[in-house]
Amino acid sequence: MKSTALNEFMESQGKSGAESYVLRLYVTGTTPQSLKAIANIKRICDQHLKGRYDLEVIDLYERPALASGEQIIAAPTLIRKLPLPLRRIIGDMSNTDRVLVGLDLRPILK
Amino acid sequence: MKKVSSRNGNPHLSKSPTGIQGLDEITSGGFPKGRTTLICGSAGCGKTLLAIEFLVRGAREFNEPGVFVAFEETNKELTENVISLGFDLEELARQKKIVVDHVHLERSEIEETGEYDLEGLFIRIGHAISTIGAKRVVLDTIESLFSGFSNPLILRAELRRLFRWLKEKGVTTVITGERGDGTLTRQGLEEYVSDCVIILDHRVTEQTSTRRIRVVKYRGSTHGTNEYPFLIDETGFSVIPITSVGLTYEAATGRIPSGVDDLDQMLGGKGYFVGSSILVSGTAGTGKSSLAAHFSESVCRRGEKVLYFSLEESPSQVIRNMGSIGISLAPAMKTGLLMFHAMRPTFCGLEMHLTTMHRMVEAFNPSVVIVDPINSFLTGNNELEAKSMSMRLIDYLKARKITALFTSLTTGGSQLERTDIFISSLIDTWILLRDIELGGERNRGIYILKSRGMAHSNQIREFLLTDHGIKLRDVYVGMEGVLTGSARQAQEAREREDSIKRSLEIDGRKNAILRKRQVMEARIAAIKAEFEAEEAESLKILATDQDKIDNIDKERAEMAKSRKAGFEPSLENKS
Repeated sequence: MKSTALNEFMESQGKSGAESYVLRLYVTGTTPQSLKAIANIKRICDQHLKGRYDLEVIDLYERPALASGEQIIAAPTLIRKLPLPLRRIIGDMSNTDRVLVGLDLRPILK
Repeated sequence: MKKVSSRNGNPHLSKSPTGIQGLDEITSGGFPKGRTTLICGSAGCGKTLLAIEFLVRGAREFNEPGVFVAFEETNKELTENVISLGFDLEELARQKKIVVDHVHLERSEIEETGEYDLEGLFIRIGHAISTIGAKRVVLDTIESLFSGFSNPLILRAELRRLFRWLKEKGVTTVITGERGDGTLTRQGLEEYVSDCVIILDHRVTEQTSTRRIRVVKYRGSTHGTNEYPFLIDETGFSVIPITSVGLTYEAATGRIPSGVDDLDQMLGGKGYFVGSSILVSGTAGTGKSSLAAHFSESVCRRGEKVLYFSLEESPSQVIRNMGSIGISLAPAMKTGLLMFHAMRPTFCGLEMHLTTMHRMVEAFNPSVVIVDPINSFLTGNNELEAKSMSMRLIDYLKARKITALFTSLTTGGSQLERTDIFISSLIDTWILLRDIELGGERNRGIYILKSRGMAHSNQIREFLLTDHGIKLRDVYVGMEGVLTGSARQAQEAREREDSIKRSLEIDGRKNAILRKRQVMEARIAAIKAEFEAEEAESLKILATDQDKIDNIDKERAEMAKSRKAGFEPSLENKS
């Protein structure tokens, strides 16, 4: 029997393109970057993950204790909790290609 | 410490004391309060430790809680690493005095998708500060950020903002940085931190390593500019700014016996001065250690403490060897009055030795310190260092009024009146042991080359190691020069013979006079007897003559009576 983490990974690979995404976006108040990031990720999710994503936007100023718990350094930070492996996508999400790479939704096109 | 800061410290710049022995002295009171201090140095030189001790001591001793932001080690690793130094981070965290926040950075997990800032880090630090009301913050090692993010422009701008923000918060910040090539830190952090920069260094010379600390820059404050040695041991960090010791110690007038009565006699009758430094130098096997052991034993016997640094022999070897000349050191060791510390000179650097000695002296508080032999610190080409170290040791002991006895081995062939370590001018009493070769044997001679402040003997004495310790003998100084050993004994025997001969002669002469007197008296007696005999004879004749005259007178008187004529006695009877 293989380890559970590996099993989960294998399963998620098996039904690639169908699994649901759990995303957390940590922002810092209403800075331009924060607002841009929120708009960008919503757009990307609606385009690529319609109906199978769970996005939560969290303001770090309101819940500062989460910053150390979630190992957040840069802001804004999007954490892909599921599917595994955990990924961090930082920045204002203006580079859509890189966001998609971070979300494992599209291979890097050359 | 206080005195230093009041004299040197800038009254306008308040300081955050580190509580680390010595460091507060060289920084005139600690790190700049509410500002940022950079500690840089190469790998393994103690940056993290210094930073963490700054926090722990702040929390424990100065009631200043602290935040430790660890970029390199996890909380668990960090806690385990410093527990050996007596810093219990978990306990301090429970008491809400310290927060340790491990910042996990993994490049492969991060995808950069545009503009970002480090506000997340700001929030973390800000949150940690406000939870415990922290006054101190350590960022160890913030340069790790450069390996986590790819955009150095953003990072640099954010770092600049971070330091400004920390300053505004009024927390005293310490950041650590790895030494770079040609720069103080790899990412040029010194560019952002302009208040205080400290360099730690770990250098190996002659195969021994020494840690050193230097304050490169301290804006708005005076600071020690030298490189100071420091030490990391089970009590943490300690810096010994010993070069600052001045010539201000008071001279003691008390005396302390040397343990050898005859030597005391040579030293003006009372022994060494209390708190003076004594050098016993001589070639191999002249009895330097024996003299030192004698001194220790006598000091211990009077109930005072002796700290014996043995650099070439193990304690048990010293005890055995000294036992053979009747000096028993074991009882004093048992009662705790005598403490041995045996260490190889090559075991660590000179500075480390000095620091160890300081620590031991502080802990044991002896009245006498013995270093046997001091010149073993001289290895290879470190003459200058060894001299400065010895000088500082002597200064330190003098300032504490500790009598110090150093032995020094003079190498064969070199002049006796020099010590390899060049400390002779610092020494108060210098006893020279030398061997005198004469008549196919080698004997030990002792003399006092100098002894400041006392009338000391100028004699060379012969010195014997007997079953009952050291005995000094007068050497024979005669027509044939200085005689020692069996030559001296032979000479003494000859002298004894001579004196017996002389006394016999005197006796003979006395007898002769006596005899002459007896002869004379006998003669006198004989003459007297002769005279007496003659006298008796004469008297007898005289008496007969008188009788004759009397008879004649009688006859004449009778004739006159018969003739009825007047009588005229003879002339002899008239008188």
